[in-house]
Amino acid sequence: MNEKAIQTRNLTKYYGKTRGIDQIDLTVPWGDFFGFIGPNGAGKSTTIRTLLGLIRPTGGEAKIFGLDIINDRERILSRVGYLPSETSFYPGMRVRDVLKLSAELRGRSFRRGRQQQPRSSHDVTAPPPYRNDRRETLHPHEHDCAEAAHILCERLQLDPARKVDELSLGNKKKVSIVCALQHDPDLLILDEPTSGLDPLMQREFFEILRERSANGATIFLSSHILSEIQHNCAHAAMIRDGRIIASGSVEDLSRTGARRVNIRGQMDYGALSGVKNLHVSPDGADFLYSGDMQVLLAVMANGTIQDVSITEPDLEEVFLHYYDGRPE
Amino acid sequence: MTIIKHELRQNRTAFAVWTASIAFLLIVCVFLFPDVKGEMDSVGNLFASMGSFTAAFGMDRLNIGTLIGYYSIECGNILGLGGALFASLLGISALAKEEKDRTAEFLLTHPVSRKRVITEKLAAVLLQITVMNLLILILSLLSVALIGEDIPSRELLLIHGAYFLLQLELACICFGISAFLRRGGAGIGMGLAAAAYFLNLVANISESARFLHWLTPFAYCEGADIITGGKLDGSRIAVGMTLAIIGIITAFRHYIRKDIR
Repeated sequence: MNEKAIQTRNLTKYYGKTRGIDQIDLTVPWGDFFGFIGPNGAGKSTTIRTLLGLIRPTGGEAKIFGLDIINDRERILSRVGYLPSETSFYPGMRVRDVLKLSAELRGRSFRRGRQQQPRSSHDVTAPPPYRNDRRETLHPHEHDCAEAAHILCERLQLDPARKVDELSLGNKKKVSIVCALQHDPDLLILDEPTSGLDPLMQREFFEILRERSANGATIFLSSHILSEIQHNCAHAAMIRDGRIIASGSVEDLSRTGARRVNIRGQMDYGALSGVKNLHVSPDGADFLYSGDMQVLLAVMANGTIQDVSITEPDLEEVFLHYYDGRPE
Repeated sequence: MTIIKHELRQNRTAFAVWTASIAFLLIVCVFLFPDVKGEMDSVGNLFASMGSFTAAFGMDRLNIGTLIGYYSIECGNILGLGGALFASLLGISALAKEEKDRTAEFLLTHPVSRKRVITEKLAAVLLQITVMNLLILILSLLSVALIGEDIPSRELLLIHGAYFLLQLELACICFGISAFLRRGGAGIGMGLAAAAYFLNLVANISESARFLHWLTPFAYCEGADIITGGKLDGSRIAVGMTLAIIGIITAFRHYIRKDIR
């Protein structure tokens, strides 16, 4: 397939005069595990909500599976699983009812699970029966979501008989996860998926995502947590103030060993190479350092240092540092 | 059909409570008629001589001592106000509640077109109103039969039919407004129903305010007009149904392109 899973060109959304996103260019190839990073309010959710047709772009265009996000919205959504950052369900429903409603809104049935005996623990850990080739047409046995939902609920330790109103934040998140995954979508769009999940569940969740990825699904993961992106994604783009400021392979990104150095005292900054973002104040300095550590230590030894901290730079700095000087 | 079914299930408690309340009050009212009838000589004259209050409820032209006169005033007010409030609430919340409860993001990220969402939600509203009116009509006829009165079927059907149209009109207008709201609109819906009701009272009292009859659906539900004329006021209903259709068209036009936040 030559079209991309997601492709946007100059995608722009203004709410009146308020900027939502500004000329976003994104390309996510088929089968990619793609990270979308940015601080809160940068425009991650606006981008996603535009892609899903919840809001209309004020400029530019976007295609998913080569289909137009406005004109082919339903065709796109039938192959997408979306996990919203905040989850709300209809009051008074049980988890099972929500999953059934979600399946039926997709034109799928939700029956098989009901008659099934509880599965053995061996079966429970087995991955759902994925299809290997990504097609729009389904085999009859793939039409029903109950089986897949049942397995997902077991893996995420979610009781389908519970009322959604009584669930904790994390358990509500799990309901959303099952809704997003039970129909075996070709593209998963995940907006801050791990908020509210405990570490064990986060691990299980990413395990499921890796299985889906291995089976050919494309995954678009929006997050402000760098490690999530670093550990799982092949490619990533960073958004800030509504604009993409960097994009590329996460592997390259992880290789930059830049450190943020904070110094109280005096030393000869001119003797260092690989210094960026240098801020000197009367009693010290801080800067991003990507040069030789031995050189830094030697220069510090020759200076008068009262205190020093060398830390991992925050995610934004990594991107700014790594892509500094490159065309965006 | 999935959305209709879902809407009906979500609304079943409210539907049951409203239907039961209106039906209960209506039945109680009918059961009180034999007592009222006995005292009619004194009470009837009193009701007929309260000036503008009498005119407001059409009691200057109706005999409250007859079943149909009594029914159109007492029961008509219950069915009119109760039905109007319920229909307005249904209409105003239909689309707006999805954004208010933040479930729009769930519903509209499934492969269902906005057009389908609007159509099925509207169908659910109209279906609930229809079923409620049928249930109430049946219970009402039964209760009239139970107190041993002859059933004035034509007038009764005309009155119930008029209130059914009133509810449809208010529901559709509120449905149109609902498409614009991001928070719940219960206040707007109830306010609209109450305003329509009081507009009619005002129009009944004062000759110079008579034109207000064109603005409120309660005008074509006036028992005195229906019973004395033996038919419904076609032109007022036509105006009302036009407003209803405008409400529906507005809902489609706006909601299909609406940004869901």
